[in-house]
Amino acid sequence: MRKRRIIPGVDKDLLIKDAAKLMPEPSRRMFLRSAATLGALTFLTGCDIIDGDTAENVLRKVSSFNDGAQALLFSKTKLAPTFPESAITKPFPYNGYYDEDDAPAIDGKVYKLEISGRVDNKKPWTLDELYKLPQVSQITRLVCVEGWSAIGSWQGVRLSDFLKRIGADTRAKYVWFKCAEGYTNTIDMQTALHPQTQMTFKYHNRILPQAYGYPMKIRIPTKLGFKNPKYVVAMEVTNTDKGGYWEDKGYNWFSGL
Amino acid sequence: MSADVAIGTKGEAADTVIHPAWVRICHWINAIAILVMIGSGWQIYDASPLFDFTFPRQIALGNWLAGALLWHFAAMWVLVVNGIVYVALGIMTGRFRRKLLPIYPREVAANIGQALTLRLAHDDLSTYNAVQKLLYAGIILTGVVIVLSGVSIWKPVQFQDLTTFFGGYDTARYVHFFAMATIVGFLVVHIALALIVPKSLRAMISGK
Repeated sequence: MRKRRIIPGVDKDLLIKDAAKLMPEPSRRMFLRSAATLGALTFLTGCDIIDGDTAENVLRKVSSFNDGAQALLFSKTKLAPTFPESAITKPFPYNGYYDEDDAPAIDGKVYKLEISGRVDNKKPWTLDELYKLPQVSQITRLVCVEGWSAIGSWQGVRLSDFLKRIGADTRAKYVWFKCAEGYTNTIDMQTALHPQTQMTFKYHNRILPQAYGYPMKIRIPTKLGFKNPKYVVAMEVTNTDKGGYWEDKGYNWFSGL
Repeated sequence: MSADVAIGTKGEAADTVIHPAWVRICHWINAIAILVMIGSGWQIYDASPLFDFTFPRQIALGNWLAGALLWHFAAMWVLVVNGIVYVALGIMTGRFRRKLLPIYPREVAANIGQALTLRLAHDDLSTYNAVQKLLYAGIILTGVVIVLSGVSIWKPVQFQDLTTFFGGYDTARYVHFFAMATIVGFLVVHIALALIVPKSLRAMISGK
């Protein structure tokens, strides 16, 4: 397994540096550069579809179509497979494209989870208050957009319970998360209400280590890893798709499993 | 032999359509879709290689992981819809049964011997020898495997039974990879033979 990961970064400079590394061709034509070199695609040469922005627009439209298709395939009740303790990947891979030491260090004593948008009670939550909520546990597989996977153990509060508790409008379309280092994620409401979608405070029954997203990660076993934000500091229930760090760069928005 | 009879009954061999239009259309749509799938698949593979090698960027499609995924999950629809049409018509028209069955191991062995000694006849393009039958039937099955293993990697929660069928998520990735390798191996032979026997290529374009 390589250590180049898609999980939130720390510092903006590092984020940009790494994004630049991942995208050697930062121009809008990044997707197409190597298209022409694939011999077979000479069939398409001269055809508009191979030409820069047009092709990227078409591909992005298909990706939006795939968001819809995946939302249809998504079952509110189908649970991600769970595993025994013995199946846990050890050590669970550290996710981040920065050194573990560079992960955001958040002071749990002053931490507050900010709540905004279509909810009745927008009172921020301290960590002590969050820890007191009823907790659930899961041992599930995290699947990275890169293809590798790892099985881990996470404990925390069902996001659906929390949304009910704060009087969220669950007919709203999205829940948006903001992370300490500026990483963001938007998820669809039906995934937010899925019984396994979790506000995670512990990894393998211990307070979440800094590397795994202290103080809070959103664990979504029905979505790819990059849709599982760490270091979450704010949550908004909204009807506006506010996108996300990697989604805006071209990864599929829904990214359901 | 049976094809000789068929040509005989129709009178003029020159007018005999070897590949009906639907076969040719499906073939070329599939050719484009599968090349896009392979090229983008190589780029996706490179993000988390299963083996101790990666594919050179120059022959991979999409430039980086997100671009490759966009290509892969777009061409996927073309490959699958076209594949379903092809298989459905192949079964309904009786073409698969007529052209691909039966396959006798003894004939396969004999044909391989002939091919290796360059004595394998290919005068009559309308009928397949046993090796061709085996390869074409095999590649259709491989197509089914690569699509289903791909779906099981894409949706290991929603289609978890399928993923389990392929041995779980991690194993399904290997199945998907080896199905790709099988198709690439087939393509090498298939394209080489089409170039050695140009009239077979002509038949797939004009039908005759």
